[in-house]
Amino acid sequence: MKTGTVSPIGRHELKVSQVLNESGELVGELPGIADDRLADMFRLMCLGRRLDQKAIALQRRGKLGTYPPLSGQEAASVGSAFAMNLDIDYFVPQYREQLAMFHWGLPLSTYLLNRMGHPAGADLPANGRLWPQQVALAAHLPHAVGQAWGLQLQGKPGVVLTQFGDGASNEGDFHEALNIAGVHNVPVVFVCQNNGWAISIPWEKQSAATSVAQRAAGYGFPGVTVDGNDVFAVYAAVAQARARAERGEGPTLIEARCTRMGAHSTADDPTRYVPADYVAEAERRDPIKRFRIWLASRGLWDDDREQLCIQWCDEQIEEAVRAFDATPRPDPETIFDHVVAHPDLRLRRQRDEFRKMQEKL
Amino acid sequence: MSTMTVVESIRRTLDEEMARDERVIVLGEDVGQSGGVFRATDGLQAKYGKSRVFDMPVSEAGIIGTSIGLAASGLIPVVEMQFLGFTQQAFHQVGNQLARMRYRTRGSLTMPVTIRAPYGGGVRTPELHSDAFEALFAHSPGLRLIAPATAADARGMLAAAIRDPDPVFMLEPLRGYRLVRDEVPDGDHVVPFGKARIARAGRDVTLIAWSAMVQVALEAAKLAAEEGTDVEVIDLRSLVPLDTDTIRDAVKQTGRVVIVQESPLSGGFASEVAASVANDAFLYLKAPVCRVSGYDTPYPVPHLEDHYIPDAQRVLRGIRSTLNF
Repeated sequence: MKTGTVSPIGRHELKVSQVLNESGELVGELPGIADDRLADMFRLMCLGRRLDQKAIALQRRGKLGTYPPLSGQEAASVGSAFAMNLDIDYFVPQYREQLAMFHWGLPLSTYLLNRMGHPAGADLPANGRLWPQQVALAAHLPHAVGQAWGLQLQGKPGVVLTQFGDGASNEGDFHEALNIAGVHNVPVVFVCQNNGWAISIPWEKQSAATSVAQRAAGYGFPGVTVDGNDVFAVYAAVAQARARAERGEGPTLIEARCTRMGAHSTADDPTRYVPADYVAEAERRDPIKRFRIWLASRGLWDDDREQLCIQWCDEQIEEAVRAFDATPRPDPETIFDHVVAHPDLRLRRQRDEFRKMQEKL
Repeated sequence: MSTMTVVESIRRTLDEEMARDERVIVLGEDVGQSGGVFRATDGLQAKYGKSRVFDMPVSEAGIIGTSIGLAASGLIPVVEMQFLGFTQQAFHQVGNQLARMRYRTRGSLTMPVTIRAPYGGGVRTPELHSDAFEALFAHSPGLRLIAPATAADARGMLAAAIRDPDPVFMLEPLRGYRLVRDEVPDGDHVVPFGKARIARAGRDVTLIAWSAMVQVALEAAKLAAEEGTDVEVIDLRSLVPLDTDTIRDAVKQTGRVVIVQESPLSGGFASEVAASVANDAFLYLKAPVCRVSGYDTPYPVPHLEDHYIPDAQRVLRGIRSTLNF
């Protein structure tokens, strides 16, 4: 029976696994994570929340282009990233996965340059295990499948993690990628951060399916739904999926049910379509709040640490903004760089003409 | 030298390139056990195994998208698209993803992917199997677009494509697969991109064509010769990069140009060639550039396709019109 209100859990009651509930109480089995890594996870989540505020301010001042905030999705992004092995695993992101990208070694200043539209924002860590953020919804999912399949074919180690949203899960590429991943049993972990909204379209109007995860059955591998605001539930599910993939048992689809706390992007006004009770519900389910309560209950967090954490986040952000401010504007001629390895005569002539035009200016 | 058909030449090249470099893999619909619907991959799976030749689900975007990841992992995918018409279902993966990955990542992710697709009509295929939309792919920066017309070029250009660090889309002349048969050099044979071939020398009119239309152009040149007109035929064989210098030099000699293409007239690749003629050799022109082309209609059903595809008679009319201007 429809109630007329939009629930973050969707149209039907659904089994959603949880380890840490909204009050910060342990209700499931805690995955084994060392204390110092727990603090790192928490710090990265806090960094995401504070970066959103800073980036939105920079965008309003015209210094940054469109920015996709991730507030409310910190646990899903960080929980899944920390469950992977940075030494051998790959990450193929959509455009809202900045926190996991930082975890894979992307400098914060490079990220800001990317959002500003500077070519230097395209630079990726040299180890080649972080892919560029993908703008076209779900277009990166077959890439992740190919990357994982290629590793498997060549006997190379590593599992591929890819993240995307609920909107992306309705694209054809999602279905083609999952189908191929299933057929070839590739070591890939699909994490859908279902925040309930594809810009302004609620899940109920995107799909008649109860969940994203249930679609995995159609492709012959497991799909699980977890509370995406619960960093431990996400971590545990991804760690299990990773272990499966490494054992050669193939892909897993994980749906992390999140709550979007702000806009889809800085170009969007959610007050036009998000009901008031959704906002209150998102705050009640805040992934950072409950993690902090639990850390404090274990003696792993207190006011001093909180202070240091805030200071650390702000330092990271300020330093990145300084580096971003200090980066000179790009040489216009670089628009011709990296089109192909061996530019043909026509492209070289266009470049020459462009250079002459620039010199005259 | 050995004489062979276009499809035999492609099969031989795939075999040799797979033997030369173990990173080369072949994937597509029906390419394994069945050997491809046109048999271009026949015997490859038996020879190189199921870990190098893959039958893929019917999933065009998925096949190209997966190849992007396979390339990133260190392999060299050679993809068979069953028909060019179906590549439209993967167009976003070709144009928006594969073609611009080097640019997007400032050279840190490169894409040594080759896509092969038969294209064009004349063999009575069902709807959507014959469309010739080369201009769509020519409009995707970062992608090489080649269209050999002979067995020798099919071999040399496919080898070049597989060895190229960037994505290359090879259009194959569907109706020429078995009809066209010529001398193919033995040994290592690589035809570099961006160099047109003078298929026939002539002084009066320059005919410019590519892929299956080269044969039509050569037929028309013969008919014109009976009327006393000496026609030059240029086989572009590479659309991107385009050999504008050869086109310019030819037009400077003859002053008359007829471009033959199978695709719809408006926005087609012939328009690009015509623009390059206007740009590079305007003052040498003795008549307007003539395009002999398919029409601005969807590709017609088999009973009507002979009226749609340019034939030698239509090309001959084009030649006469430039002569009588």
